[in-house]
Amino acid sequence: MSHDAKSPAQAHAHPTGATYLKVAVILTVITIVEVWAYYIPALVASPLFNPSLIIMSAAKFAIVVLFYMHLKYDHKLFKALFTGPLIIAGATILALLFLFAKISL
Amino acid sequence: MATLAAPACATAPASTQSGLWSWIATTDHKRIGTLYLWTALAFFLIGGLEAALIRTQLARPNMGFVSAETYNQLFTMHGTTMVFLAVMPLSAAFFNYLIPLQIGARDVAFPRLNAFSYWVYLLGGIFITLPILFQVAPDGGWFGYAPLTTNQFSSGPNIDFWVIGLQILGVSSLAAAFNFITTIINLRAPGMTLMRMPMFTWMSFVVQFLLILAFPPITVALVFLLMDRFFGTTFYAIAQGADPLLWQHLFWVFGHPEVYILILPAFGLVSEVLPTFSKKPLFGYNVMVYSGIMIGFLGFGVWAHHMFAVGMGAVADSIFSLMTMLIAIPTGVKIFNWIATMWAGEVRFTVPMKFAIALIAMFTIGGISGVMHSSPPADLQQTDSYFVVAHFHYVLFGGSIMGIFAGIYHYYPKITGRFLNERLGNVHFWLNFIGMNLTFFPMHFSGLLGMPRRIYTYDAGQGWDLFNLLATYGTYLLVIATAVFVWNFVRSRTRGAIAGGDPWGAATLEWSIPSPPPEYNFAQIPTVTSRYPLWDLKDPSWHEGEDSHGDTGTPGPSPLREETETHTAKALGIPMPYPTAKPAFAALGLVVMFSGLLFLRNDLFAVAMTVTLGGAAMLIGGLYAWLTSPLE
Amino acid sequence: MASHAIAGHDDGHAHTHHTTTGLDNRKIAIWAFIGSECMLFASLISTYLIYKGKSLVGPYPHTEYTDAAGKVFPAILDIPVTSASTFVLLMSSLAMVLALQAVQLKGTPLPANAGWWTRAQRSSQLWLGMTALLGATFLGFQAYEFTAFVREGLTIKTNLFGSTFFTLTGFHGAHVTVGVLWLMSLLWIDRTRGLGPKDELVVDIAALYWHFVDVVWIVIFTLIYLIQ
Repeated sequence: MSHDAKSPAQAHAHPTGATYLKVAVILTVITIVEVWAYYIPALVASPLFNPSLIIMSAAKFAIVVLFYMHLKYDHKLFKALFTGPLIIAGATILALLFLFAKISL
Repeated sequence: MATLAAPACATAPASTQSGLWSWIATTDHKRIGTLYLWTALAFFLIGGLEAALIRTQLARPNMGFVSAETYNQLFTMHGTTMVFLAVMPLSAAFFNYLIPLQIGARDVAFPRLNAFSYWVYLLGGIFITLPILFQVAPDGGWFGYAPLTTNQFSSGPNIDFWVIGLQILGVSSLAAAFNFITTIINLRAPGMTLMRMPMFTWMSFVVQFLLILAFPPITVALVFLLMDRFFGTTFYAIAQGADPLLWQHLFWVFGHPEVYILILPAFGLVSEVLPTFSKKPLFGYNVMVYSGIMIGFLGFGVWAHHMFAVGMGAVADSIFSLMTMLIAIPTGVKIFNWIATMWAGEVRFTVPMKFAIALIAMFTIGGISGVMHSSPPADLQQTDSYFVVAHFHYVLFGGSIMGIFAGIYHYYPKITGRFLNERLGNVHFWLNFIGMNLTFFPMHFSGLLGMPRRIYTYDAGQGWDLFNLLATYGTYLLVIATAVFVWNFVRSRTRGAIAGGDPWGAATLEWSIPSPPPEYNFAQIPTVTSRYPLWDLKDPSWHEGEDSHGDTGTPGPSPLREETETHTAKALGIPMPYPTAKPAFAALGLVVMFSGLLFLRNDLFAVAMTVTLGGAAMLIGGLYAWLTSPLE
Repeated sequence: MASHAIAGHDDGHAHTHHTTTGLDNRKIAIWAFIGSECMLFASLISTYLIYKGKSLVGPYPHTEYTDAAGKVFPAILDIPVTSASTFVLLMSSLAMVLALQAVQLKGTPLPANAGWWTRAQRSSQLWLGMTALLGATFLGFQAYEFTAFVREGLTIKTNLFGSTFFTLTGFHGAHVTVGVLWLMSLLWIDRTRGLGPKDELVVDIAALYWHFVDVVWIVIFTLIYLIQ
């Protein structure tokens, strides 16, 4: 981190209430698509079902973190404090699933 | 070389508080650091005593000094005590005492949370240590492998103390880690950029991240075990389809970063000692920082090398083997940089310097036997044998403990205002050095001759007798060495030679203030322009012709204003945190809350609920009172 | 380079509020805490996935199970109910950002022609209360779900699925509970002395925790409920 200390006002250049509502609509739409897909047997049987659900979940995750947790607008230090552990956590999950033969290379 | 005009005072000028209550209610990082130091040394003696009993039992074949059951409790508590109650808290003592001083701060970011961490550690330590006096101590090894530690195989209360105790100690470590991360990021003095931070602070910074990421997996593993033991879940119930490797993986996801949690602070300490007594800046500062970060990062990718013997398959074995070999590189870089730091320096062989050099030599031996384990075929021969015991004692005793002793001898003058006796220190060093090698070197041989770990006795005629006897003699030497140290440590508090603010001619901020420091540390927060501010101050041209050491130049000629540093905080108008016992009370509540679980073993459900809810009420009440009262 | 390395830095009383990065200590600590929580939930989720399909007896999450006595246990997860509770938790995150915005907007004058929505956006009590209420509703759904499962024959002791499912979702529920209590404390402070722009950080920290608990549920919902 550097000493380019932003003033608190700059660090919180938040979007407006309208943005928050749009984000909520997008999150709701993705959730509806996820649940809808769950009820289509042909989709569930498809090899693309799991990857697409995981991608949708990751998108929701990212949207909440970037907009509602305002990481998109916040100090880069917070981005580092979150993404570093997130990468290690993700890598640990993948490694454990591999070690227990739940996924393969 | 001219020395800094530091007042030769041996007592804190502003030390107005005394008595037991002042210690319980303290929020001063230096007093909390001192509490950590004394408590951790006490646990170090207990852990050492357990080791002496173990070695007495193993001195000769078929000894009956202790029973097999007692032996299991001894080696379990020896490991648990040394890892969680001695080495980690000794490091924490230095985190507490040194980090604010090294970065030019008046305290840590959250002084009351800091007190909370200490009290949780103390009470948790007592909780897990007391049972050995009643022969019900944990007996499943410091790694507590489930399903061995489930009710099916360990039906007594022994493992309960271990599971609950580690859970309590985890709270302490996590709370402290969040505190130090914030402190290092946010409380640095003006000009103290990250790349000007003293190496100890840097290594501590890495360790705090290891702590916050390594403790959650063991917390989860312990919660599973706790629920299996108390509430009948099936996490480790093989008959219900559970996987016997689940515990091992979760434990070592924590366990291997834990190894670096134990060693990196010692690396940091010797990185302060070596430049001071070589009168040279640390060689390759940047590379030392990067290698520390690299070790921390790679530390999360090597855990399964503890488990080669379980048969994970060729791919997993290869990956973890490769990662393990890789992590030796940044570690090796550190060794070479320390040697290069001493090279062509004006080396002074003081006691702290001897301990620091001993770390380099001994850790290298332990590191090399570690690399031997990284090869799965070799590991299969060595695993679970005394060879492994030799290996990790060379890194933990030869590394962590040597580094911590270097730190204690180096910083005792800063903490107390008096030197430790140099002659006794030398006796301690040599007895310790010889004793350590006599104890652990023969274990390489008994291990390769096939002696397994954790056996309480053995038959004669397997070629192990001589090596075991030597190891036992070595342990007795270590007991004598430690007694000399304790005598020196206690006696020098009142009778040691008076040390000034900067007795060693060191370079970093903690040496710019009196010894012991006033409660507010710095009368004026310093502005830093290089990595070695005190050397710059004494001789502005000392590093001409060398690289810039992070020096950005053009500082103003404003010398330290020593004259103000003997006043009280009040006289200087510096607001200090109020003393408060609320964190200690909340810590007590936490420990009471967890101990309620113990009563479930005897089906005393009502008692368990009462104690747990009572403890929770204390914790929440204490937290509420603490959070709603002003800090200063 | 010749230099005097330490200069007196007269910071007076301002030092208590001055920080190296200009950021607040508490916000750095909460982000570090959230980083640590990532690893906690990673361990819990890993265990759930490792034990997925390893239970020797039912009930199972997505498939029917018939025991030795011929008793049939239907697939136990109730997707419609959980979809509803997922939606409730998502909406609580919306309420939470609006609560933070309401606190930030305090002190800026309200336009004369402000409509109901603009006025509503200024009420921190409304949105804090709404967030806590939605959080409590989520917990109500979870309580319903847990009791329904127990009634249908799945307890924490039944099989690996029961142990891992109840522990993982229970951990998450405990986090939601802490969050609801936290929000209710803030609401209480707001009602007694009023939260102003200077309290923005206090609300922000609670909000960061709350949203994190929400994103954990986003992951749980997909990995545990939807993927079969």
